[in-house]
Amino acid sequence: MTASDRRSKADHIRHILETEGDAVAANTQGFNAGRYESVADLEAYEDLKSEARAIKEDAIERLPDLLSDLRTAVEANGGTVYLADDAADANQYIRDVVEDADGDRVVKSKSMTSEEIELNEALADDCDVVETDLGEWVLQLADEAPSHIVAPAIHKSREGIAELFTERFDPEDPPETAEELTMFAREKLGEQLADADVGVTGANFLTADSGTMALVTSEGNARKTVAATDTHVAVAGVEKVIPSVEDLRPFIELIGRSGTGQDITSYVSLLTPPVDSPTLDFQRDETGSAEDREFHLVLVDNGRLAMREDDDLRETLYCIRCSACSNSCANFQQVGGHAFGGETYSGGIATGWEAGIEGLDTAAEFNDLCTGCSRCVNACPVEIDIPWINTVVRDRINRGADAELDWLVDGLVPDEEPSGLDPQKRLFGNFATLARLGSATAPVSNWLADTGVSRRLMERFVGIDRRRDLPTFAAETFREWADGRSTVANPEREVVLFPDLYTNHVQVERGKAAVRALEALDVAVHVPDVPASGRAPLSQGMIATARDHAETVADELLDHVEAGRDVVVIEPSDHALFQREYEQLLDADRYRALADGSYELFEYVYGLLANGASADALASGDGRRLAYHSHCQQRTLGVERYTEAVLDDLGFDVVTSDVECCGMAGSFGYKQEYYDVSVAVGDELAAQFTADGVDDRTVVASGTSCLDQLDDLLERPSKHPIELVAPTARTERVSGD
Amino acid sequence: MTTDHTTLDRFTERLDDFDVSHTLTTPDGVPDAIEAVSDSPAVGVELPDSLGRLPDVVRTDPSPSDLRAAVTGVTHATLGIADYGSLVLPSTPDGAEPVSLYPDRHVAVLAEDDVVPGMSEALAHLGDRFRADGGDAIVATGPSATADMGALVKGAHGPKAVHAVVVQS
Repeated sequence: MTASDRRSKADHIRHILETEGDAVAANTQGFNAGRYESVADLEAYEDLKSEARAIKEDAIERLPDLLSDLRTAVEANGGTVYLADDAADANQYIRDVVEDADGDRVVKSKSMTSEEIELNEALADDCDVVETDLGEWVLQLADEAPSHIVAPAIHKSREGIAELFTERFDPEDPPETAEELTMFAREKLGEQLADADVGVTGANFLTADSGTMALVTSEGNARKTVAATDTHVAVAGVEKVIPSVEDLRPFIELIGRSGTGQDITSYVSLLTPPVDSPTLDFQRDETGSAEDREFHLVLVDNGRLAMREDDDLRETLYCIRCSACSNSCANFQQVGGHAFGGETYSGGIATGWEAGIEGLDTAAEFNDLCTGCSRCVNACPVEIDIPWINTVVRDRINRGADAELDWLVDGLVPDEEPSGLDPQKRLFGNFATLARLGSATAPVSNWLADTGVSRRLMERFVGIDRRRDLPTFAAETFREWADGRSTVANPEREVVLFPDLYTNHVQVERGKAAVRALEALDVAVHVPDVPASGRAPLSQGMIATARDHAETVADELLDHVEAGRDVVVIEPSDHALFQREYEQLLDADRYRALADGSYELFEYVYGLLANGASADALASGDGRRLAYHSHCQQRTLGVERYTEAVLDDLGFDVVTSDVECCGMAGSFGYKQEYYDVSVAVGDELAAQFTADGVDDRTVVASGTSCLDQLDDLLERPSKHPIELVAPTARTERVSGD
Repeated sequence: MTTDHTTLDRFTERLDDFDVSHTLTTPDGVPDAIEAVSDSPAVGVELPDSLGRLPDVVRTDPSPSDLRAAVTGVTHATLGIADYGSLVLPSTPDGAEPVSLYPDRHVAVLAEDDVVPGMSEALAHLGDRFRADGGDAIVATGPSATADMGALVKGAHGPKAVHAVVVQS
């Protein structure tokens, strides 16, 4: 990306933040809070997710057979099935259906697939097309694109909609309240529905056993779209088929809860079309026989069958488009789908859809807005590893169309990546090299980096926003400090404390505090000579480089694990890497051994205390008031509770933040094009920590990024909680003291 | 099918959660129970015999203009789903679907015995039916709703209010 591309991207995002950010944030955060509440009431939540996942895995595996069964069932019911290769094919078929029905007006209920194939545009020359979902209708009137896959007009305020209606219809008594606007729209759309000829719906699910389709809606417009028209066309991606009616269960129970936080939406229409209702002729005021109804199921491939063959994109096909990954995403909450979205789809999973359907160029436009924070992972009702899909697609974008040629020059660069890689990504991906240099030449490196000239150059050439404070490299690294140092003799346990990049070069004090705390609990601590984890290159989509790191780290650490030592990790993003992403980078046995043998620092301290170590060896909290922000990836793994429990046990008075992510996310907040969204996300956290009753609390955070962000946004300092918990002096248990 | 007491309790609690009012009655009490909650003009489809009969104020066989003019629509529900307070509405040749959809108030009549505990039981019934004879069912929970206009509003395209008449034998 050139400097000017970065600036224009930054401008675009700033514009969206200013014009749509507030409405998008209010709505998505409302949905997200609703999700937490609704799933908490569902006893079998985790089981239902796994069941939903298993059904989708099986259905995609058996897709050709299920499609054939579905065709048989629909045809036996008197409907027609058309399998369209691509958008043009689908549109041509639907145009023919509309023409055969002498259709002057087509009414539609909300369907992402019809947006994907741009059906409205394809029909525009032949007939009138009216969206009947209120949100979609507003956008049709405004000629705007959806900003959310479930609630397409969340970027529009009530006032904006009122203005739009007044401008378009010039009503005598302009509607203003939500109630008035809804009734106005209902009235207008009622007229359109009454003389419509063809009804187009999507299908959330299709059951191969009976030819039944499920439509998940709340307004009732899908019901009217079907009831009021004689010809029903359902447009659906081929991936929507599941084996049986009974298999609908987990999806019906999860889709509303996961998306908008509703236990269930008002209507789940289970139709086995053509439907059994009489036809309604509002012009002649006559009803007719249900026998006169026609049904066409248009199944759209448009890249999906190729995605099915793609080991990394296949999971995308399990997506039920509930919007949980959008609503749980801190970045999406600020910018919505107009920035974090492609041609049709938006939010985290959109990278998979757009890469598979439109291509890498489209995915590249927004893929970097996924920071890999992983908050969507537990929210996804079909357990899709959405961050991994984003990482894989980023890797493919890095490699570009000329990937094969790039392999030839691979040997000339210090990593495993292609020569065309964006210099910004290469810089952040090789942060380990930078940090080594930074420490080796500190403090001169820090002085130089901080001059105005350097900052301008960095912004221009690698897009590091000059408003962001740079990390200060320590002259003596954590490992240098620990090297040759004696530890506890005859210990209770032995650990290797993983010297992550940030602890080693920047947050050295938290490393020393971790050693003091562990030794105070009678644990011998070794700080091994291992390279960086690979988190930095992985977050830039540099998978080959990350895999290199992972292999070396595993080689080193697994020797210790085999020798009976536990691996303890301070940096939550590296702990999460060992627990989650290494599964993609290492063979299964090595991954499992390292994941099982490694612990987050406070998880380990908690375990020691629970197994009889004395809390007296640690600093007492004495009621000291703390505001604690746990790391996003820590929370996905559920290990943040150990920090909270230990602080609580030691007598600290702790309040915790309630945001999905701090917004810094490693390199993300440094990047010129994303600085503003990073700060917008961070401001929500800062607001919680500057609220009355919290503003005087000592700020603690587990992640390096979170600490950087908090330091930039708050006037008071922040530190890692281990620095408060560790005894200030070295414990006497250590030999040689 | 029989429904134990706790399933019915759960069902009526969940009806409340979703702002659906209800009456418990016997087959003989059905006409009065319907009339008590029906504003005119009211349209309906004939109920299965076991659920009693419609009161005279409810007109059957509505034309499209009757549907649009009606304030109340009366239909039967084939199942109730206790966990969700859902009413399972059939589509029938005499127009149960439009009658339950177009008027502002929907009155659904169902047998207590047809209230099942959860979604799995409901889908087991529906699966057998769909595989054998096709057919349609709307799992309707609460009134029609939208939040697209800046706040939650009931009655986006469908009914603004729903009442369930639960018939105990």
